[in-house]
Amino acid sequence: MAERTPWSLSGALKGMFQKPTIDETTWDDLEHALLTADFGPDVTEATLDDLHKKVDRYRTTDPRDLQRMLRESIEERLSKYDTTLKLSERPAVVLVVGVNGVGKTTTIGKFAKFLGTYGRSVVVGAADTFRAAAVDQLATWAERGGAQIIRPQQQGQDPASVAFQTVEYAKRTGVEIVLIDTAGRLQTKSGLMDELSKIRRVVEKQAPISEVLLVLDATTGQNGLAQAEAFIEHAGVTGLVLTKLDGSARGGFVLAVQERTGIPIKLVGQGEGINDLTGFTPHVFAQKLVG
Amino acid sequence: MATFGNLSDRLSETFKNLRKKGSLSASDVDGTVREIRRALLEADVSLDVVKDFTGKVRERALGDEVNKALNPAQQVVQIVNDELVAILGGQQRRLEFAKNPPTVIMLAGLQGAGKTTLAGKLAKWLAKEGHTPLLVAADLQRPNAVTQLSVVAEQAGVAVYAPEPGNGVGDPVRVAKDSIVYARTKQYDTVIVDTAGRLGVDAELMKQASNIRNAVSPDEVLFVIDAMIGQDAVATAKAFQDGVDFTGVVLTKLDGDARGGAALSVASVTGRPIIFASTGESLDDFEPFHPDRMASRILDLGDILTLIEQAQAAFDEEEAMAMAEKFSTDSFTLEDFLKQMQQLRNMGSIKKMMGMLPGMGQMKQQLDAFDEREIARTEAIIQSMTLAERRNSKLLNGSRRLRIARGSGSTVTEVNALVNRFEQAAKMMKTVAKGGVPQIPGMGPIPGGGGGSSSRKQQPKKKGSKSGNPAKRASENAALAAGVKPAGAASGGGFGLGGGASASAAPSEEELASLQKFLGR
Repeated sequence: MAERTPWSLSGALKGMFQKPTIDETTWDDLEHALLTADFGPDVTEATLDDLHKKVDRYRTTDPRDLQRMLRESIEERLSKYDTTLKLSERPAVVLVVGVNGVGKTTTIGKFAKFLGTYGRSVVVGAADTFRAAAVDQLATWAERGGAQIIRPQQQGQDPASVAFQTVEYAKRTGVEIVLIDTAGRLQTKSGLMDELSKIRRVVEKQAPISEVLLVLDATTGQNGLAQAEAFIEHAGVTGLVLTKLDGSARGGFVLAVQERTGIPIKLVGQGEGINDLTGFTPHVFAQKLVG
Repeated sequence: MATFGNLSDRLSETFKNLRKKGSLSASDVDGTVREIRRALLEADVSLDVVKDFTGKVRERALGDEVNKALNPAQQVVQIVNDELVAILGGQQRRLEFAKNPPTVIMLAGLQGAGKTTLAGKLAKWLAKEGHTPLLVAADLQRPNAVTQLSVVAEQAGVAVYAPEPGNGVGDPVRVAKDSIVYARTKQYDTVIVDTAGRLGVDAELMKQASNIRNAVSPDEVLFVIDAMIGQDAVATAKAFQDGVDFTGVVLTKLDGDARGGAALSVASVTGRPIIFASTGESLDDFEPFHPDRMASRILDLGDILTLIEQAQAAFDEEEAMAMAEKFSTDSFTLEDFLKQMQQLRNMGSIKKMMGMLPGMGQMKQQLDAFDEREIARTEAIIQSMTLAERRNSKLLNGSRRLRIARGSGSTVTEVNALVNRFEQAAKMMKTVAKGGVPQIPGMGPIPGGGGGSSSRKQQPKKKGSKSGNPAKRASENAALAAGVKPAGAASGGGFGLGGGASASAAPSEEELASLQKFLGR
């Protein structure tokens, strides 16, 4: 059974940071740790080069310095972008997109609850009219999260029209925040990606879209980058949500995603409970990742 | 992610300056092995597997087989491919059925791997094979998973056993146990148990999964895993192996552009074969897994075998020969053009087909922009011509073109464009048939030309303006029609297709020779 070290490199790094000096095996171990955390060959190489230089510059041989530098380096990379959610519009419309099975619906449920605890009224739009029983799944989550739900009026209704009705409802009744769930789609399906653009266009006729959140599964590998690029192009993603961080995956690929696209991580999901969603803080993330 | 391009191309690059040397030194091999390592990591193959793997490849690459080979780069790719196939399990494994029905199949995996959808696909597939499957809703965790399974079952036209409402209510172990009794009394011969998604680190839920396993003693436990998963594949697979000890693996979401290195990691770490692959949203997008094809995918070499299979099904050998004859003798007419196009259509979606060509991963975007209806329009235009016009395009004067445009619901411009395209294609085909290599923008030369036996002179490259998109399309289509068949005759050697020939626009004597070898002529 995989060890329960919640999304942290600390297990892999522990051995090397306890050694008295930095030697060749330290670098090998570090590379190994970064690669197995899905950082990908590019970011791993860049990070290692960076650390090599720093170690040379400060002439340190203490692995604990290296650990600190690694933490700082990751934190620095992560905090380059603003991670706050912008929900000042009324209603603030949030579109949630992603590939199949990353946890969009679950994220919406948690997010509704998260917003509810700040005293905001929330309505969710079930624009995933494709997957069997997705609407019911969302309804259950909405109920748990204390949000209202707008359902499609008939089977297989155009998702854009559900989104439209949801925003319309929010405007009419003065609900503050609108969360729209969309069907999961692989980024290679151009027809489905166009559908997303359409949802966007249609919603924008009613109200500006405050945030488009792309949900990424922490277990995803280097394909995460391709996903991000495609969704940015078609849906105008403004923030990332990293889910399933309670598993053994570390989601290192988000670093590459953030760097390549300039889109910040805004939310982090780490469990099946309704309260297992938090805002993203680079400092905490780096701390937990490196230990 | 195609920013990296295909391994074959990169290796050719690495070996370019080695051509003169004749033999490879250890450091040359090391450089290559580094490239392979990188490619595998990009494809999400687990690091430990990569290390092990590159060690083996290095050893073999330093051996005689590479040094003696005509083209070391290709030989190395071949070695890598062989090793990949070996790890992936070499041969296809089939589902095992119990001697006394019902056969029990249990599905397990992470959240969002696609278990419920897969249950539906598997059931539909089994029903098609003459079985009577029963779907069991033992995912009582996720909100409305039970409803989803019922809907999926209805779509697949199979029965479902869902005594509990789910959403945290009910005991999945009990449901699974009862379902077997139910299946026996109702005479279902296969039972598919859909379980809740769980993380490898969740000891409690893993225990539950193993309890379900013990309760139903399944004939197959299938571990469902997302093709997009990264380095975590190993930890997760190990956790599930320890927890429920699966007997086979199913890879889902293979229709995306993930290279699916996880498949390799899982197969190599657990020693369990991959049995099925799921490739789309519809319940029919489900097929037995082919290790060799997956290997090509991981290396971004394209799925040549599937392409060839489809081509063989759609093309008639005699007709291909006749066509080749026509190319070389300059009697290629619009009628033939139409026929070819219809044949291409028989092969299925052009987009899908092009996607299987090596190196095409990078062209996905252009592929997606390709409009299949274009072919229908072209067909309409040609069908609006008289037979005489089809045979001799020189007849087409202004008034004839106007008539054709009206007849086919298009404009004269479109008719003009088609005729131009046809003439270019005919010219290009002639070049190919005579043994030259046409220049196709963005694709590199394609080995083609059935009539290579007639003369093997190397033709100077044509300088026609093929930059326009329609022209490119036409030439690609035509080249495919001509090139696919001969490749089928030498089915084993899909490798040189993209690799050797693409290094330079003007092929050397050596490359031409290897090209000819390939075509089996």
